[in-house]
Amino acid sequence: MEVIISSKPLIAMLFALTGAILVSLSGKNPNIREAWSVAAASCMFGIIVSMVPAILDGNILKYQVFDILPGLSLTFRADAFSMIFALIASFLWIFAAFYSMGYMRSLEEHAQTRFNACFALSLFGAMGVAFADNLFTLYLFYEVVSICTYPLVAHHQDKEGYSGARKYIVYLTTTAKGLLLPAMILIYVLTGSLDFTDNIHTGIFPADVNSSLIIILYICCLLGFAKNGIMPVHNWLPGAMVAPTPVSALLHAVAVVKVGVFATTRIMLYIFGSDMMSSLGLGTATAYFVSFTIIMASVIALTKDNLKARLAYSTVSQLSYIILGVAMLTPSGMSGGLIHIANHAFSKITLFFCAGAIFVASGKKTISEMSGLGRTMPFTFGAFGIASLSMIGVPPVAGFVTKWKLLVGAMEMDAHAIVFLLVLLSSTLLNAAYFAPVTYQAFMGKHPGNEQFDGIKEAPLSMLIPLLTAAVFSVIIGIWPDFMMNFVNLVTK
Amino acid sequence: MDFLLFRDGGPPILSMIMLLPLIGAFCLFFVKTEEHQKYLTLGVSILTAVCSLPLYFLFDSNTHKYQFAEHHSWIPSLSVHYTLGIDGISLLLVLMTTFLMPLCVLCSWRYITNRVRTFLFLLLLIETSMLGVFMALDFIFFYIVWEATLIPMFLLIGIWGGDRKIYASIKFFLYTLAGSVLMLVAIIVLYFNTSPHTFSIPLLMGQAYSFSFQLWVFLAFFLAFAIKVPMFPFHTWLPAAHVQAPTAGSVILASVLLKMGTYGFLRFCLPITPDATLAFTPYILWLSIAGILYGGLTALAQNDMKKLIAYSSVGHMGFVTLGIFVLNPMGMEGAILQMINHGITTGALFLCVGMIYERTHTRELALNAGIGKHMPVYVTFLTFFSLSSLAFPGTNSFIGEFMILAGAFTDTKLIAACAIPGAVLAAAYMLRMLQKVIWGGTENPVHNTLSDLNVREIITLTPLLFLVFWIGFGPRPFLNIMHVSVAHLLEQVLGTQMGTSSLTAHVLLP
Repeated sequence: MEVIISSKPLIAMLFALTGAILVSLSGKNPNIREAWSVAAASCMFGIIVSMVPAILDGNILKYQVFDILPGLSLTFRADAFSMIFALIASFLWIFAAFYSMGYMRSLEEHAQTRFNACFALSLFGAMGVAFADNLFTLYLFYEVVSICTYPLVAHHQDKEGYSGARKYIVYLTTTAKGLLLPAMILIYVLTGSLDFTDNIHTGIFPADVNSSLIIILYICCLLGFAKNGIMPVHNWLPGAMVAPTPVSALLHAVAVVKVGVFATTRIMLYIFGSDMMSSLGLGTATAYFVSFTIIMASVIALTKDNLKARLAYSTVSQLSYIILGVAMLTPSGMSGGLIHIANHAFSKITLFFCAGAIFVASGKKTISEMSGLGRTMPFTFGAFGIASLSMIGVPPVAGFVTKWKLLVGAMEMDAHAIVFLLVLLSSTLLNAAYFAPVTYQAFMGKHPGNEQFDGIKEAPLSMLIPLLTAAVFSVIIGIWPDFMMNFVNLVTK
Repeated sequence: MDFLLFRDGGPPILSMIMLLPLIGAFCLFFVKTEEHQKYLTLGVSILTAVCSLPLYFLFDSNTHKYQFAEHHSWIPSLSVHYTLGIDGISLLLVLMTTFLMPLCVLCSWRYITNRVRTFLFLLLLIETSMLGVFMALDFIFFYIVWEATLIPMFLLIGIWGGDRKIYASIKFFLYTLAGSVLMLVAIIVLYFNTSPHTFSIPLLMGQAYSFSFQLWVFLAFFLAFAIKVPMFPFHTWLPAAHVQAPTAGSVILASVLLKMGTYGFLRFCLPITPDATLAFTPYILWLSIAGILYGGLTALAQNDMKKLIAYSSVGHMGFVTLGIFVLNPMGMEGAILQMINHGITTGALFLCVGMIYERTHTRELALNAGIGKHMPVYVTFLTFFSLSSLAFPGTNSFIGEFMILAGAFTDTKLIAACAIPGAVLAAAYMLRMLQKVIWGGTENPVHNTLSDLNVREIITLTPLLFLVFWIGFGPRPFLNIMHVSVAHLLEQVLGTQMGTSSLTAHVLLP
C-alpha cells in the first residue's frame, strides 16, 4: 500500500462547488442552468472514475489543504472505503440531475435555481464526507450537508415544508453539536490527533485509555451522526419527506443518509478500530441496538399508506442493515454491510424516482389510490417491482447479495448468531409484507371507486429513462457484484 | 527594566499609532463640509491601520518581553512613567482595533446624519484611548485611558442612540464606573505595598504579596473587569447599551470594549495575584458556564436582532473566560483567539443589523422576515457571519471554541461537558434568526422596495468575511505570536515550568 499525494479528491469536490456557483449565476436561462448541473455531475464522476485504477492497486490518494493545529488539518483521502460511497453518489447525481429537470419542470416548481444550486452544494458536502481523511474534515462536510439541504427540504415554503425542515435541522444540528463535537474534542485531547488510521483494526486510541470513556465516546458518535437514521434519532427522516421527490430520491436515499452511515462506519472502523470494538463488546451491543431499528421501522412502514412515508421508514430500516453488518465485525458481515451502501442506493433511488413519476403523472401520493394504476403506467411500476425485489433480497437483484453476505456474516459470529439470523429473516418477511402489495395491487388491483385513470400516461422521458436505468443497474450489480466487491474486499482484507 | 525591549533608532511606533487618531480628531475642526470630514476620518483610520501593520512583521514571537517599548518619566515625584509596550497577548488586540475602525467609519457613512463632526471626533478619540489601554504598561496611564474610553462611548450612545438612549447610556456609565473605582483603589493599594513604590505594571507582577492581600486586590480587579466583559451576573448593562447604540457604537462596544475586560484578567489578575487566581478559579469557571448557558437561553428568546446578538455576546464571552481560567496553554490561546474572533464575527453581525435597520427602520425579527428573496447578497453575508457565530467548522470561532473546550476537557471534564449545551444553543438561536430573516414564514411582510447591499457596504463586510475563513483554516500566524507570552503568563500563575513549546495536545486524562 502506498500513499500518493494527489489533488484529485479535492478537484472532484470543486466540480460540485463550481457547478453550484455557475447554476446560481445562470438562473435566467433554465437550459444553461441545467446544463451546468449535468456537466458538473459528469465531470465529478469522471474524475472519481479516474482514481479507480490507483485505488484498486491498493493505494491511497491523499491531499492536505490546510494544516490548522497540530493533529488537526483539512485533508482529503481517497481509499477503497471512500470509493464505495463516492462512486455511487456521483454516478447517481447524473441520473438525478436529469430526473429533477423533468420533475421540477413538469410541476412548474418555483425557485428552481436555488433548488439546483443547493442540490450541487449538498453533493459537494457529501463528497467531502466521502473523501475526509480525519474526523474534523468529516465533521465539517457533515455540517455542510445539513445546512445546504435545509433549503431543499423547506422548498415548498408552506407550513408543512417549514415544520418538516425545522425538525430536520433541529435533529441534525443538535446531535452534531451536542454529541459529536464533545466526542471529537475529547478524542483530540486523548490522542492528540483526529486522523483516521490506514487499516480497520487498530484504531487511534493508545492502549492505556479508560475503557468506559471510550464507550461513552462511541455512543456519542453513534447517535451524533443522526443522519444514519438509527432510532431514536430517526425522526427527522420521515419529516423531511415533504421535500420535492428528487430531493428525497438523491439526498434521502443516497447522499444525506449515506453520509450518516458512511460517517458512522468510518468512525467505527478507522477511529475505534475493529480490535477495540470487539474487545469492549461494542460490536455486538451495536448490532443489538440497530436490530431494534430494523424491525421497528419495518413495522411502522407497514402502517403507512403514503408511498413516500413508507419508503422513508424502509430507508430507516435498510440503513441499519449497513451498520448491523459492520457491527458484526466478521469479514462477510462487514462486506455485506458495506456493499449495501451501493445496493441500497440504486434500489432506493429507483423507488423514489417511481414515487415522483407517479405523482407527476397522476398526482397520487397514497398507495391505496394507486390500485390498478400499474396497468396505465407499466414501466414505472415495473421498475418499482424490480427495486422492491432488491429491497426484499430476492435474487438476482442487488439486495440479494447483501442479504447473502449478512446471513453468512451472522453465522460466522462466535455468539449471538441465532439472534441476528432471526432478525434478518423476520425483517425480510416484513420487507416483503410492505413492498409486495404495492406492485401487486398496482397491476392486479381494482381501480379505487369508479375512477378510470383517464388522461394519465407515463411520466416524461427525462424522468422515465433515469428510473428505468437505475432499475436495470440494480439488476446488473446483483448479477455482477464483483466491481463494487473489489473495493469492499480491499477494506475488509 | 529588563522586561522591556526597545527598538534602537526607529520611530516611537506605538505612540505614533496611538496618537494618529487623536491628531486626526483635532484636524476635523479645520474641515468644513461633512463629506470631507468623513473622508478625513476614514483616511486617518486607514492610515493608523497601515501604520500598525509593521507591528506584526517586526514582532519577535520568541520572547515574552514587552516589545516596541517606550519609557519616559512623567511625574517623577510619584514615580509615574509613560511606559508603552506590547507582547503576544496585546498585539492582536491592537491590530484588531486599528483594523475595525475604518469599518466603523464606513458603516456610519449614511447612518449618522446629525452632528457628524462631533460623531467622527468621538470615534477617533475612542480609538486613541482603546489603543492606549492595550499598550499601557504603567497603571496611571492605563487608568486614564481606561476611563477615557468611557466618555466617548457614553456620548455615542447618549446622542446618537435609539429611543431609550439616556437610560442606556447612564446605565452603561454607572456600571463601568463602579468597576473602575474599585480598580483605582486596587491600584493605589498595590502602589503602597511595594518598595520602592511603583505604578509599573510588569514590576508589580511576581511580588510576594500575602494571600489575604491578594484576595482583596483580586476581587477589586475582578469586579472591574467582570463588569466590562461582561460576566454573568454583571451583564445587564450590555443589552441596553447595545440596543440603543448606533451601529458603529455597537461594533466598538462588542469588538473592542468587551475585550478590555478579558485583557484585564490576563494582564493584571493572573500575573499580579496568582494565588488568589488559583483560589477563585473554580467559582469563575462556574460563572463562565452560567454565562454561556444564560446568554444562550436568553438569546433564543429575543425578537430584536440586536438584543439577540448582544445576549449571544454574553455567551461567547463566557467561553473566553472559561478558556482563560482553565489555566492551560490550549485553553488560554483559544481564549485569546476567541477574543479576536468575537470581535470579527460579532462586529460583522452588528454591521449587518445596522444595514437592515437603515432600510426597514426596525430590528424586529418578525418585521424583517423573509428578506432573503430581495437581498440575496446581504443574506449570503449574514449566513456566513451567523455560521461563524455558532462556531461552524471551518470558521474562526470554531477554532477558538475547539481550543477552549479542548483546554477545558484536559482540565476538568465536568465543566467542559456543561459548556456543550451552550454550543448547541448557539446553533439554535443563530439558525432561528437566519431562518426568520431569510425565509420567514408563509406570510411575510412586503419588502418589494428593498435594495440589496451597495458597494460601500460590501467593502465594509468583505475584509471581515476574509478573516473569518483565514482564522478558520489557517490560525497559525495568529497563534504563533502568542505561544511564548501565554507560556510565560502561565508560568507566572502556576509557578512551574510550563515549557516553551506550548500547544501540545498530548495531555493524558485519568
